[in-house]
Amino acid sequence: MEFFKIKHDIPFMKYGRITTAISLATFVLAVLALIFRGLNLGIDFTGGMLMEVSYSQPAQLETVRATLEAQNIPEIAVQSFGTSRDVLIRIPIKGENVNGAKLSEQVFSSLKTQDATAELRRVEFVGPQVGRELYESGGLALLLVIGGIMLYLALRFAWRFAVAAIIANMHDIVIILGVFAFFQWEFTLSVLAGVLAILGYSVNESVVVFDRVRENFRKMRRAGVAEVIDNAITATMSRTIITHSMTQLMVLAMFFFGGEALHNFALALTIGIIFGIYSSVLVACPVAMQLGVSRADLLAPERDASLDDRP
Amino acid sequence: MRNTFPLWKNLLILSVFVLAVIYALPNVFGEDPSVQLSPLRTARLDQSTLTQVDQLLTGAGLKSRALELTDKRLLIRFSDTDTQLRASDLIKTRLGNNYTVALNLAPATPTWLRTLGAQPMYLGLDLRGGVHFLMQVDRVATLRQAEERYVEDLRTLLRESKIRYVSVDRENQAIQVKFQDDDALKQAFDVIRREVKGMEWDTAGNSLTGRISEVERRALLKQAVEQNTITLRNRVNELGVAEPVIQQQGEDRIVVQLPGVQDTARAKEILGATATLEFRLVDSEHSAQAASEGKTPLGSRLYNDRTGRPLLLQRKIIVTGDQIVNASSGLEQQSGSAAVFITLNGVGARKMADTTKENIGKAMAVVYIENKPETREVNGQKVVTSKKVEEVINVATIRDRFSKRFQITGLDSTEEARNLALLLRAGALAAPVEIVEERTVGPSLGKENIDSGVQSNQYGFLIIAVFMVIYYRVFGLFSILGLGVNVLLLVAILSLIQATLTLPGLAGIALTVGMAIDANVLINERIREELRLGLPPQSAIHAGYDRAFATILDSNVTNLVAGVALFLLGSGPVRGFALVLCIGILTSMFSAVMVSRALVNLTYGRQRKLAKIAV
Repeated sequence: MEFFKIKHDIPFMKYGRITTAISLATFVLAVLALIFRGLNLGIDFTGGMLMEVSYSQPAQLETVRATLEAQNIPEIAVQSFGTSRDVLIRIPIKGENVNGAKLSEQVFSSLKTQDATAELRRVEFVGPQVGRELYESGGLALLLVIGGIMLYLALRFAWRFAVAAIIANMHDIVIILGVFAFFQWEFTLSVLAGVLAILGYSVNESVVVFDRVRENFRKMRRAGVAEVIDNAITATMSRTIITHSMTQLMVLAMFFFGGEALHNFALALTIGIIFGIYSSVLVACPVAMQLGVSRADLLAPERDASLDDRP
Repeated sequence: MRNTFPLWKNLLILSVFVLAVIYALPNVFGEDPSVQLSPLRTARLDQSTLTQVDQLLTGAGLKSRALELTDKRLLIRFSDTDTQLRASDLIKTRLGNNYTVALNLAPATPTWLRTLGAQPMYLGLDLRGGVHFLMQVDRVATLRQAEERYVEDLRTLLRESKIRYVSVDRENQAIQVKFQDDDALKQAFDVIRREVKGMEWDTAGNSLTGRISEVERRALLKQAVEQNTITLRNRVNELGVAEPVIQQQGEDRIVVQLPGVQDTARAKEILGATATLEFRLVDSEHSAQAASEGKTPLGSRLYNDRTGRPLLLQRKIIVTGDQIVNASSGLEQQSGSAAVFITLNGVGARKMADTTKENIGKAMAVVYIENKPETREVNGQKVVTSKKVEEVINVATIRDRFSKRFQITGLDSTEEARNLALLLRAGALAAPVEIVEERTVGPSLGKENIDSGVQSNQYGFLIIAVFMVIYYRVFGLFSILGLGVNVLLLVAILSLIQATLTLPGLAGIALTVGMAIDANVLINERIREELRLGLPPQSAIHAGYDRAFATILDSNVTNLVAGVALFLLGSGPVRGFALVLCIGILTSMFSAVMVSRALVNLTYGRQRKLAKIAV
């Protein structure tokens, strides 16, 4: 079976202007969402407390709220979580000297008094300082990944490709963050992990195309740069679509069967995969062309020459 | 041409596969409900303990499946939780004083696998339920305590050296000593420089300003963290947790992980307990035996020592723990036996000197007191009360008049001396700790997390398998078999290195599978392309694998860069995810390229006139 039997190369580079304009527009929208709505950072980064409590019957959110307000706990947010029997309670922590462990105990014991079937499923308490540290090390990880990938690409390909690939990927990352900001989905530590994984994953997409571009420069001696790139994209398109569908299937399995804990993680991956395809083909290549890649950039490392001698 | 691997390559792949099966196998067997005994303090754990437990269980008619003795613990396996609970209660009442008795779920790995060192994966707290605390030692309070001790010391020192001073006070993280005149200051400065260690001094007018030196600050913090780590470890032992983790993290933090703890409230209570010490004279005029039968004489109190022996002590307290400046263990100079050296502050020293002068030849006891908050139910309402646990940790004869520094000898071993010094310090200057991070996962959620993580892996794998076989036929089947080997290898390596598997780790396995298939898609697409270009099947297979490999390498390296960065900078569960990602990338290179190629070679490689391949 085969889905993609394309006889002629699709002239992607001819539409370079349009595709670049589209991605520029989404990029700007994402940046605007980030500026005006901002990321809804989870307690991992802001510090705070989160409790998941399960009841044997559908929970009465009003009662839960009233019980906690009677305890003089300020600014609590109570919502149902997953099923109607599970309740998620968020308590912001203000000031440096809040005893989180005591607070979680106080909250739970008051809920238990009100309804004996209450079962504590999860407590997450992150002190403000720890939150700040996680935030900083998260940012640092992002920079380290970008730097490492750029270095590798610059060593492996010409610098123009490295820059093009990183621009394409930053575009993906900004769009994931923008979507999270726009919908105000909670941005947690595991979402950050997903974003960083996507960074490595979607660079690999550009690598596959660039690899083909390099090979084509060698084989298609008389073709122009645009032609070479068009052929490389068309030739790898089947693989691109199949591979990403496979990964996406796995991510969907996580989304549907992985429970609440993996929900946002899978969401981040989904956005990353969709925009990853788009950007590595329709952003990275035009950018590389704009930067002026040419045959001379790539021909230095002759590696596969021996292959052609085989029958 | 033909596509064949040399024999060694096939054998290598086969042996890797066999090893992977062996080391992944322990994950298939479930867990045995079991009871775990570990010795407390000086108690011994040996063959006689095993016999004792065995007889105890047989006597009560409780059947155990196996008793296993290692140097640190005795594990007793049962076939059901009911027997486990009854046995645990029985053992606790009989041996609870000297051993920590904990319920545990021990992996039911068959013995032959265990002798090969095969163990199931180590599940993280989010998968098996439990409590994770990150505790931070309060730097400011630690230094304040130290400064207060210095103030006390300085006053005593100046008084003893008969130097007149106006005041000694703590001010803005410094200690200020004011004098009447320059003369007194100079005199004092000489004495202070000689006697007081760990401070840096400045003079201004008629006053001396001292700050704790950077080296000393660091030493104080280090000591406080170490002390707290040990105090916490002692307390966790009481909780009866099978595999607790208590570790220093960074400069001033301690991680406490208690897997499988159901009663988190009690865990917090015990970790939050505070301790103090009291020195009291032993009442030698009355009989402790009589007192334990209810005839306690006026002015005395009945205590128990660690073995439960009754002991009568005078009500009057000589010195309390907060007057202890330092306690350390070492060897006594004359006899060479183990000893604990104690330093008291000025007030304590004076009281101690007065008391000991009049009581030479009598016995003195050290009482360790712990205040544990305890939650009780009164009329359906939970009430938190403080419960005082008192225990005599040491009795020694007074040989001489004590001063500021004195020693306790007559201890059994250097280890006991070290423990006593620790307890003394813990009671004296428990630097305040604060919980800065808590992650508690209830047992039911842990179970659910495993299920949902495993399920998403299963369904995802299944869908991919179906698609690959339909789309690439025989080559799709080989790809899937390669992918299966990849998962097997990943699980085997994770089991072998005993890395902590978390829910993000399970997600990492799923993601690795989803990404690893890329290598096979690349290869299969390439083979198709080469066929389209008119290459004969054997050559197409060869070219497909060869040309795709450079691309596979490149794309995996970028993934690896992301994985390593995540591992270096991530914390806790994210780290687990990163580790799985990194290992998965490495194993997928092997399985996608080597395993599927070997299968292709075995099927098609030997046929000289291969006309068609199913790709």
